[in-house]
Amino acid sequence: MPVIVALLAANASADEVVIWHSWRGDEKASLEQAAQTWADRTHNTVSLLDIPFGAFDSKVETAIPRGNGPDLFVAGHGNLGKWTAMGIVDPLPQAVPGQMPASTAAVTVDGKVWGAPLAVKSVVLLYDPTRVTVPPKTTDELFRQAHELQGDGYGVLVQVDQPYFHGPWMHAFGGALFDAQGRLSLDTDAQIQALAFARRLAVDEGVVPPQPTSELLTRLYREGQAPFVISGPWFVAELDRPIAAAPLPVVSEAGAHAKPFLTVDAAFVADQAKHPEAARDLAAFLAGTEGATIRQEVGRQAVSALDVTSDDPLLQVLAEQARTSVPLPTHPDVQSAFEAQARALRDVIRGAATPEAAAHAAQQYAAILSRPPPPPADPRPWMALLALLIPVAGYLGLRGSGGVGRLAERVVRHRWDYAWIAPAVIALSALVVAPLIAGATVSLFEHDEGHWSFVGAANFLNLLLARDFPVTSALSFWFKLVVTLVWTAANVALHVGLGIALALALREPWIRMRAGFRALLVIPWAVPNYITALVWKGMFHAQYGAVNAVLGALTLSDGPAHIDWFGSFLTAFTANLVTNTWLGFPFMMVVTLGALQGIPRELEEAAEVDGASWWFRFRHVVWPMLAPALLPAVVLGSVWTFNMFNVVFLVSQGEPNSTTEILVSEAYRWAFTRGNRYGLAAAYAVLVFAVLLIYTRFTDRLLADRTGRRPA
Amino acid sequence: MRQPSTGVQIAVHAGLFAFTAAAMYPVAWVVRMALTPSQAFAGGLIPIPTHPSLQNFVDVTSGLFVVQLANSLIVATATALVGLFMSTSAAYALSRFGFPGRERGIAVAMATQMFPQVVMAIPLYLMLDLLHLLDSLTGLVLVYAATSVPFATFTLKGWFDTLPKDLEEAALLDGATRLQTFLWIVLPLARPALAVTALFAFMQAWNEFALAATFLGDPRSFTLPVVLQRYVSDYGTEWGRFAAGAIVVSLPVMVLFFALQKQFVEGLTAGGVKG
Repeated sequence: MPVIVALLAANASADEVVIWHSWRGDEKASLEQAAQTWADRTHNTVSLLDIPFGAFDSKVETAIPRGNGPDLFVAGHGNLGKWTAMGIVDPLPQAVPGQMPASTAAVTVDGKVWGAPLAVKSVVLLYDPTRVTVPPKTTDELFRQAHELQGDGYGVLVQVDQPYFHGPWMHAFGGALFDAQGRLSLDTDAQIQALAFARRLAVDEGVVPPQPTSELLTRLYREGQAPFVISGPWFVAELDRPIAAAPLPVVSEAGAHAKPFLTVDAAFVADQAKHPEAARDLAAFLAGTEGATIRQEVGRQAVSALDVTSDDPLLQVLAEQARTSVPLPTHPDVQSAFEAQARALRDVIRGAATPEAAAHAAQQYAAILSRPPPPPADPRPWMALLALLIPVAGYLGLRGSGGVGRLAERVVRHRWDYAWIAPAVIALSALVVAPLIAGATVSLFEHDEGHWSFVGAANFLNLLLARDFPVTSALSFWFKLVVTLVWTAANVALHVGLGIALALALREPWIRMRAGFRALLVIPWAVPNYITALVWKGMFHAQYGAVNAVLGALTLSDGPAHIDWFGSFLTAFTANLVTNTWLGFPFMMVVTLGALQGIPRELEEAAEVDGASWWFRFRHVVWPMLAPALLPAVVLGSVWTFNMFNVVFLVSQGEPNSTTEILVSEAYRWAFTRGNRYGLAAAYAVLVFAVLLIYTRFTDRLLADRTGRRPA
Repeated sequence: MRQPSTGVQIAVHAGLFAFTAAAMYPVAWVVRMALTPSQAFAGGLIPIPTHPSLQNFVDVTSGLFVVQLANSLIVATATALVGLFMSTSAAYALSRFGFPGRERGIAVAMATQMFPQVVMAIPLYLMLDLLHLLDSLTGLVLVYAATSVPFATFTLKGWFDTLPKDLEEAALLDGATRLQTFLWIVLPLARPALAVTALFAFMQAWNEFALAATFLGDPRSFTLPVVLQRYVSDYGTEWGRFAAGAIVVSLPVMVLFFALQKQFVEGLTAGGVKG
């Protein structure tokens, strides 16, 4: 009892500081320990919440403006430009003293300091100390050693097609994503030279594996297949093979140091923090000598604090590299610039474009992605229209019900009926219909760096009239619509075809282990699709994927097949299609099995006695009864497929050049990876809704024709 | 029915076996990665672990796992129950009563299924904030249950439509109330459809991650998919743990599937036969 009283007393006087972060493993442990040390010292309490990486940004951006955020959050500084514009971080009174100049620069926007820098992260040159004696100082030397050491494996493991890993070369040639005035500069001479260098590194030198995903690189290094890796501290975690680090080499052609992007993980005081004073104090503590020491020792972090030095060679190299690096820009269009540069890199590496052409295309593409929102519109005509629409809708709604009086009389007569539907109606209105209307209304607005403006129908007109890009461009609404329709039709055809074939087989009594087959075949449906989609993504890897391995074995060729699945539209689309077919056929199989149970077999037997072939029996006896039973499931299945976000987003990720993106995943891109254009995303959503509404009207009529029923 | 020739039987069996093997191949990869201590993505042809270990399962089930498993079970079960409560009564009313607005109500409910979820997360957040249900499993359950209502109502209404009305009318003549008739006569007959809709609602709640991660603010109230998603980050995926987690998450759903398989087959289609 006294203990509880003491605790209550302590709580009453102390502040509970809430921290959000997405650090994992040792870094997480070090943050907890450092925060607890501060809490013990100041008689406060801390509570830490680690949020999945994929949900972190959207969570802070939604929660903090509503006053539901933490006091302090720990994140990379990359989104700081957006966050200051949105007003979700509060500035610090002054910079935390004793930090690296580069990291203080990274958390400074518009002349104000917004965060306490904690750790610096960048790529460095990692190497296998058992094979490399003297790490190279220039790229020519790197290539020489790579050729010498690679043997049957590879020389350099680097995600050469990713803009983040392209940064070192771009900066060495004097390029930058944005010029001093903040304008996109993706097509300068320096950019062209850097793209040419990327081509040399990725292809001409023959030292880098194809499609170098982070998973593949980790695996190749663990297997001892390469002497060099260009990656960051995250690569070293959980590695059971010796690894050493050196600063990135001088790029021989440019005669300058390769300068990677620097990411600074910092502690930010959230706007509307409950305990801003304590949060600032804690942030300073975490960044200061004591906090930095704990983070360095427990979390193995390269800390930003200058007076905390490490005898760990990796951390020393990271600290040294931070001096020759370029902080990741906080410019609001940085994601668009990255998306455009990723296209250029892919095209140059695949040999689809020269560095010049790719650079110019990237500049144009980024300009399209980051173009300003439509101009504000006058809302008054819209309000007038709304005022007009309500009575018209009311009239249309009441038409055919025989006047208001009769309707009211019927409603009163049936008043108790409504009690039956009340729970569903209330829940549906509040939690589905209202958010839906709110979401749809957003399409009349546009969002730009935290500011909203009413733009009327501009988002719709831009999409429908293909104003921003030609109709044939992969970014146009019509292109996406065609892809989505083909996607839906192909999927549903395969789902239904396979479902029927399997169900027809599995209903035959002479099939052995029917229950076993049935049980196994529903597994693809039971495993969450965000997991299996990721697994399929890995299986489609050009060189190490299981799909190519199987194809190689089936064609009896020596080694795996060489299909670059995400290199062309057709193969990437096929990869998505295979994945989604795998996910979707069990549903149709189960539905068909059920429908077949309702069809008496006597008719078939009679036909068989008459000598009808198997196909004739199916076509003229089974199918006429099966089709109407399947139709609702087909309609439902096509609606689900039309909006099947996970597969496209996780498997092809829109590659190549966002051609395989469907309407919903495109909406997501505009909302979350292209400068938060929520208005345009909502316009996409409304158009998806409209297309599906037309489609279901049509199928309703079809259903009514088939069954002689009135459409609902 | 006559049995086809032995040749045909063998061919059909071979085809089924080949297809099932192909369909199980990705699953075998998940199992292989779960049993391999390495966190890298595995490649190659044969999904057999070289040095099998249960370490990933130990990692995944440590810490708050039991609490989070309980959360997931509570949320999914409650979603199924609340969803069923709302949709059975609504479906019955829609099937049997002739109140005004009936047809339009069904159309609107089904139409909500077509609107992409992507743009609804933020308005939903605001709504839960308004109702003071953020950061609570109750809020999550209500959202999931409401989302499950249209499909469930549609399926159940289809099922109720196929049930003959004679029994109910007889019961009503004998002096039973509508509610008694519904509870004691109609519901027992609708068991397969109830099983299907409950399972769908359960699965949806069980697998959902994006809304849960946005709405919940305490690790002790996280559901399993949120926890699982933490193994995926910008810097790469902890494949071994992710795969082990995937298996742990999938098992209860598979058990339910197999347990309810018979009802499932019946319940899903009856709605379709007469729509």
